[in-house]
Amino acid sequence: MINISEVSETNAMIEKENLDVRTITMGISLMDCIDSDLQVLRQKIYDKIYKSAANLVKVGEEISTDYGIPIVNKRISVTPVALVGGSACHSPEDFAQIAVTLDKAAHDVGVNFLGGYSALVSKGMTKADKLLIESIPQALSETELVCSSINVGSTKTGIDMDAVRMMGRIIRETAEKTADRGSIGCAKLVVFCNAPDDNPFMAGAFHGVTEADRILNIGVSGPGVVKKALESVHGKDFETLCETVKKTAFKVTRVGQLVAKEASRRLGVPFGIIDLSLAPTPAVGDSVADILCEMGLEYAGAPGTTAALALLNDQVKKGGVMASSYVGGLSGAFIPVSEDQGMINAVNTGCLTLEKLEAMTCVCSVGLDMIAIPGDTKASTISGIIADEMAIGMINQKTTAVRLIPVIGKGVGEQVEFGGLLGYAPIMPVNPFSCEEFISRKGRIPAPVHSFKN
Amino acid sequence: MQRAIITVVGKDTIGIIAGVCTYLAENRINILDISQTIVQGYFNMMMVVDVTTLEKPFGQMADELAVLGREKIGVQIKCQKEEIFDLMHRI
Repeated sequence: MINISEVSETNAMIEKENLDVRTITMGISLMDCIDSDLQVLRQKIYDKIYKSAANLVKVGEEISTDYGIPIVNKRISVTPVALVGGSACHSPEDFAQIAVTLDKAAHDVGVNFLGGYSALVSKGMTKADKLLIESIPQALSETELVCSSINVGSTKTGIDMDAVRMMGRIIRETAEKTADRGSIGCAKLVVFCNAPDDNPFMAGAFHGVTEADRILNIGVSGPGVVKKALESVHGKDFETLCETVKKTAFKVTRVGQLVAKEASRRLGVPFGIIDLSLAPTPAVGDSVADILCEMGLEYAGAPGTTAALALLNDQVKKGGVMASSYVGGLSGAFIPVSEDQGMINAVNTGCLTLEKLEAMTCVCSVGLDMIAIPGDTKASTISGIIADEMAIGMINQKTTAVRLIPVIGKGVGEQVEFGGLLGYAPIMPVNPFSCEEFISRKGRIPAPVHSFKN
Repeated sequence: MQRAIITVVGKDTIGIIAGVCTYLAENRINILDISQTIVQGYFNMMMVVDVTTLEKPFGQMADELAVLGREKIGVQIKCQKEEIFDLMHRI
């Protein structure tokens, strides 16, 4: 039987070290809503989401009470809207109306975010894809809970540079449209390479076309728990360090597995995957950067950071896969700047630069995440940064993403406040040299040679 | 059997166990095991209970226990279903 020290350990993790289940995300297919009449399509989308997710928040809260574990977010992901709206939408404004419907549905069921205002254009864009992308600035400025993601490349297809060029401009336009709110629209917009179909985390969640009608994906968290565990092995060798991270990741993931099974049973929706990600929050002690410091770095970004992060990411996966049979999504350490106090400190001291962050994204999931850049950054420069990050994903057969926020009216040395889970961010300098000519080339970057495995 | 773990933590005082046990008896909750220590004046107790015969929703009972602890006894009381501990500490 369970003993008192084990019970105390679990409760200390929850109460003092910010252990939580970061999100229960219900994936909902909208394929059966497709209609050539926009108003009919909107009604069908609303009805399907409302019917599927009406109890999601309530069940999440019940599970949270039963086990005493906070479940921070309840979210919804839907089929990429470019696929659903193709036959009904003839202009960007038409697509933006779907975003408004999604936002209303999300508000009415009480979820924190709804993802899937997306297009998958890794090899080329259809007319609908182009219209959806053009509608993003309007859609994100007129809605509150809708998140958008665009997959512009993959290891199998290469990188669609036309989409990359377009996204540089769209990110700028989104920033301008939401300039009065710290350009927050860009915090809800991600550009991906190798985007997973079952990611529960925002802003990049969408319900892939390979998925079932409805599915539950769970994102666990727990940087604070890992940091606390590492405090007890201060100065020990790497084997001990790795063992400690693995054991902790196992415990964290088992909690996620429990919540996943219970939510699946109570909602009558199949369980999809657990995403083993160390997702930080702006709360003190809930930071991935602090784990790196605990390993022995003065600040995140110091020499050794990439190695420390690689070790951390790998051990989290090794511990986590033992705890759940269905692991998927992004599964890795997140290194957003604005959502992690340790990262913000590292930027403020000058230790962490955009270039070092880029190197770190080679060994961990996601990519350049929640990075505020000067408001006068050119669209072509943003596209250049996206292209670099996509290339890392394409060549290394991993997911990479870019979520940059050009904060209109602000420059290096200032900071922007988003509030809540999104936190605040110091504005980071961007390399000022031009990539205009490279980005204005048309077409796509071919798939790398190691994609020909068949 | 549906088991739950009750933890009680706080400054030691008269009547902690009595207060908790009275509530459990009134609500048809059977106690299976109790372990308790006092470290530097701080009371620390864990109870394993059977909630199969509980008549109200689990969440309501957990809330009532928390209120009882906070407002009447002056300790922190948590009640959680057992699986979270089992899964975390047993393979």
